[in-house]
Amino acid sequence: MKFSENWLRTFVNPSCTSDELAHTLTMAGLEVEAVEPVAALFDKVVVAEVLSVENHPDANRLNICRVNVGEHAKEPLQIVCGAPDVCAGIKVPCALVGAELPGLVIKSAKLRGVESLGMLCSARELGLNETADGLLKLPDTAPVGQDFRTYYELNDQVLTLSLTPNRADCLGVYGVAREISAITNTQLLSFKIPPVQTEIEDSHDIHIDAPDACPLYCGRIMRDINSGVETPLWMKQRLERSGLRPINTIVDITNYVLLETGQPMHAFDLAKLDGAIHVRYAKKDESIQLLNESQVALTTDMLLIADDRKPLALAGIMGGLDSGVKNETSDIFLECAYFDPDTISGKSFRLGFSSDSSYRFERGVDFAATRNILEYATDLIKSICGGKAGPITEQRGKLPQRLPVLVRTSRVQRVLGIVLEKTQVAEYLSRLQFDYTEQDNEFTVTPPSYRFDLSIEEDFIEEVARIHGYDEIPAQLPKAELRMLSSQESMRVPAQIKQMLVLRDYQEVVNYAFVDKAWETEWMQNQNPIALKNPIANHLNVMRSSLMSGLIANLQFNLNRKQERIRLFELGCCFEKSATEQYLQIEKLAGLAYGNVFPEQWGISARSVDFYDVKSDIEMLYQSQAISFHAVQHPAFHPGKSTQIMMGAKSVGWLGELHPRLQKQHNLSRPVILFELILDSLLPIPLAQIHEIPKYPAVRRDVAVIVDNQMPVQTILSGLYEKMPEIVTEIVLFDVYRGNSVGQHKKSLAFKVLLQDTQKTLTDDEADAALSILLEILKTKFGATLRD
Amino acid sequence: MRNLDEIVDEATELFNSIDDTAELEQVKARYLGKNGELTDLLKGLGKLPADQRPAAGLQINQAKNQLEVLLKNRRLLLQEKKLEERLKEEALDVTMPGRGYGKGGLHPVTQTLNRIEAIFHSIGYEVASGPEIEKDFYNFTALNIPDNHPARAMHDTFYIENGDLLRTHTSPVQIHFMLENEPPVKLIAPGRVYRCDSDVTHTPMFHQVEGLWIDEHASFAALKGVLANFMACFFERNDLSVRFRPSFFPFTEPSAEMDISCVKCNGNGCRICSYTGWLEVLGCGMVHPNVLKHVDIDHERYVGFAFGMGVERLAMLRYGVGDLRLFFENDLRFLKQFN
Repeated sequence: MKFSENWLRTFVNPSCTSDELAHTLTMAGLEVEAVEPVAALFDKVVVAEVLSVENHPDANRLNICRVNVGEHAKEPLQIVCGAPDVCAGIKVPCALVGAELPGLVIKSAKLRGVESLGMLCSARELGLNETADGLLKLPDTAPVGQDFRTYYELNDQVLTLSLTPNRADCLGVYGVAREISAITNTQLLSFKIPPVQTEIEDSHDIHIDAPDACPLYCGRIMRDINSGVETPLWMKQRLERSGLRPINTIVDITNYVLLETGQPMHAFDLAKLDGAIHVRYAKKDESIQLLNESQVALTTDMLLIADDRKPLALAGIMGGLDSGVKNETSDIFLECAYFDPDTISGKSFRLGFSSDSSYRFERGVDFAATRNILEYATDLIKSICGGKAGPITEQRGKLPQRLPVLVRTSRVQRVLGIVLEKTQVAEYLSRLQFDYTEQDNEFTVTPPSYRFDLSIEEDFIEEVARIHGYDEIPAQLPKAELRMLSSQESMRVPAQIKQMLVLRDYQEVVNYAFVDKAWETEWMQNQNPIALKNPIANHLNVMRSSLMSGLIANLQFNLNRKQERIRLFELGCCFEKSATEQYLQIEKLAGLAYGNVFPEQWGISARSVDFYDVKSDIEMLYQSQAISFHAVQHPAFHPGKSTQIMMGAKSVGWLGELHPRLQKQHNLSRPVILFELILDSLLPIPLAQIHEIPKYPAVRRDVAVIVDNQMPVQTILSGLYEKMPEIVTEIVLFDVYRGNSVGQHKKSLAFKVLLQDTQKTLTDDEADAALSILLEILKTKFGATLRD
Repeated sequence: MRNLDEIVDEATELFNSIDDTAELEQVKARYLGKNGELTDLLKGLGKLPADQRPAAGLQINQAKNQLEVLLKNRRLLLQEKKLEERLKEEALDVTMPGRGYGKGGLHPVTQTLNRIEAIFHSIGYEVASGPEIEKDFYNFTALNIPDNHPARAMHDTFYIENGDLLRTHTSPVQIHFMLENEPPVKLIAPGRVYRCDSDVTHTPMFHQVEGLWIDEHASFAALKGVLANFMACFFERNDLSVRFRPSFFPFTEPSAEMDISCVKCNGNGCRICSYTGWLEVLGCGMVHPNVLKHVDIDHERYVGFAFGMGVERLAMLRYGVGDLRLFFENDLRFLKQFN
């Protein structure tokens, strides 16, 4: 919503500057986005009349003009002009010698030998327009010699408001004036128009078939209008300053009324109407060509203005092209109506355009002013274009109700947290022109017809606070009971887990939650991903079930920027469907490692990060929680270098090397290690249960055995732990060797065995006995042979 | 046979002149060894008349002890010298970098969230969370956003195939929490939110922190107090000016937009604040009675206030980040600057 400040000030004129006014509006909730002067600063430009034009003797494109500038010169000025459209008799702005225009100072000069004492101006030269099509021609009535800024009302600003959707009442200049009157406590000019004298009896029947959608419809016929009359300059200017292009006089007038009052109107060419006006919903297969020349297929929830035969307009949204007024139209049917916001809502969005009319009806138009505004528009048309008006035909349905609301002073105080006297509340309600009665500090307030946002007590509390000023309410730190927040020691918070990865040299990233469907189905074993109806891009059309694609994309992005060693992690929600089509939303933690295991440095020879490096990071994350690893295949991982991570019988994640095919597909020269864990599995952490530290020394024995290369170490350890004598407290793998000396398809494993008796010092015999039990298990269960 | 004093003098001189441990031991043998001079003297005591023996013996033993002490000191000295030399040899270039892991780091959005959480935690706000795929009811209806509200239009909201949606704000967490907990309620809800919008200043996913305080004493004045206090803590600026402007959100009434004086130019006007001196930082207001009705809280007894802030916006202001999209490009050259 933008409009001329001078226009606004014709209704309410508080004694403050433009900037102060803008600040006041902003602080009252009508945010002023911009205050811009309508024209750049310039002076010594006057209205001038071109008396005669002669060709310049030495320049084809120049003319020598004699120009009357009134009192500013004793006799007509000689001005050399290069504009091709200059001719005798026109009135134009003329910059006198000494005038300062935007980027230009006018001096007396000789142009190709002929003296020139000023400049005839285009709109562009005066900074009124970006471009100009020749000189700025003024109406014949322009008074010669008058200061051009005064004549053209250039000492004006354009205010641009960014209105919240609840303030439809400020979608007209008068509404904004009403608001300013309340905020600044300044007198508001009333907007009452006496009914126009009717001169003809012609009227048009109106039938409302959808009274809920159109609770009020007023219309009248006007005949013998001279629509060829030019729109008056003042009206054109106000329209232009609101960003509207003048079209034709009748349309300009209805647009002007819309801007001034917020009431959309429409004028039909009477000659195009067949029979009565019907306000009805569209039928199946009906269509209409609108004023914006688009052909629209109508749906049965769209409200129409129609005649006996055809649709004429999309009610409240846009008129039809065929029945619209043209320059030669002399008889019109003028419509001024109130349409229900819910009926209008969403339709123009569906059609792909917005109109000034639909924008207002969607938010609510003052239904009590409809008839008055029709009279106002009629009056404007008559005074500008002449013509005769017929009587108003009015059809009423069920108008919105405005029920009184109880507003308690005590509640105002409680919600705002300030002491506010009853008299102050009363003053604010009065300034807002709300109807109210008061008894025992309680107000009964009836919302005005132009406000669609006031239906409960809190709505009025906001109104009181706005007029009082939000800034006048002190900021107070609240008083409350001090109660400590409990926290579970056996649950870690995600921030702790993140910090552990940071200490292991991982960098956190954040990716969008949308991925390509093909990635999910081909690589993430997710045949049925959750799809978006309206994705932002085709390759972001489903919700991720895994964080891995984001990490791989980040890897590529950074490799392309000359990073060589990349370690990333992300914690985020992943989405998948359960067997019963329920949406599962699971927080996951995923990591990626690429490049050297350590940053390039002295003293450590470079080596690519591998499976076991990252496995250690995962073991660190789980701390003392029991997890196990099972070689299970996953389409995205190297079949021989991947594992499922289990907690008991439950899978809690994956670790592996990216499948070489994917690695190649992504042009990655080195292996990529990836893991992904379910966050919930990481959070629980057993509370420490302390046992006594043994008094007697532990004994260490080392055992080296040869087993089949395929035999998993975890299986052997589990087998040992299951059956080992009580005095064995720990078995740790400390060496693995493969080579000729142990035979083909074999490997040598070396274990450290710790033995401990809590009651006495172990003897060698006891240790040997325990060890031989372990060796027996190794031999019989795992086919191990003792290594010499 | 030489005079005892002569021998002691000679040995003393000799011992003190030797710098090598092995040599020292050889020289020691010459005086104190099996066939050393002093040993020989002791052996020869027997040949002396009996009355001279004790005195002579005492003398020799004194000389022997003297030499042994001397020797021991010399040995210690040499050991010290040797150690000193070795330590000198072993000296490191302490200016060389340490070995091992490099530095990881948290994403700036996480750092900002951590900071916001910590500040609110300090006055007893607990952290709540909720689903990102949300039911229409929680995201809109329960928050008093009726069916025809512009926020519901397809251009704002991502819809899922079954009619659910990606939450457009963290406000639905309020609803979940209030349905499960009795007032008083004091929570913040940080999280990812989604809007179907992507350009220079919009990303389809971003982060918000929702805050809610419901009890019998909450008021608009308290809302102003808490938020002004928060901004001063977050920006570590006690001189920060704040202002509240009336605004409109369907789920609060009265509603306000909060501005802070520009943290870049201190309110003098610069590019960051579009030369207004003010920065819009969050939306807030008193919880709308219709919202409390939806969650069965007595809106006559309880009053509450809520606020919602954009985390990236605060991070940009705090760290001087000029382009929102940097947060989601995950360029290590950007992210590492926060480590």
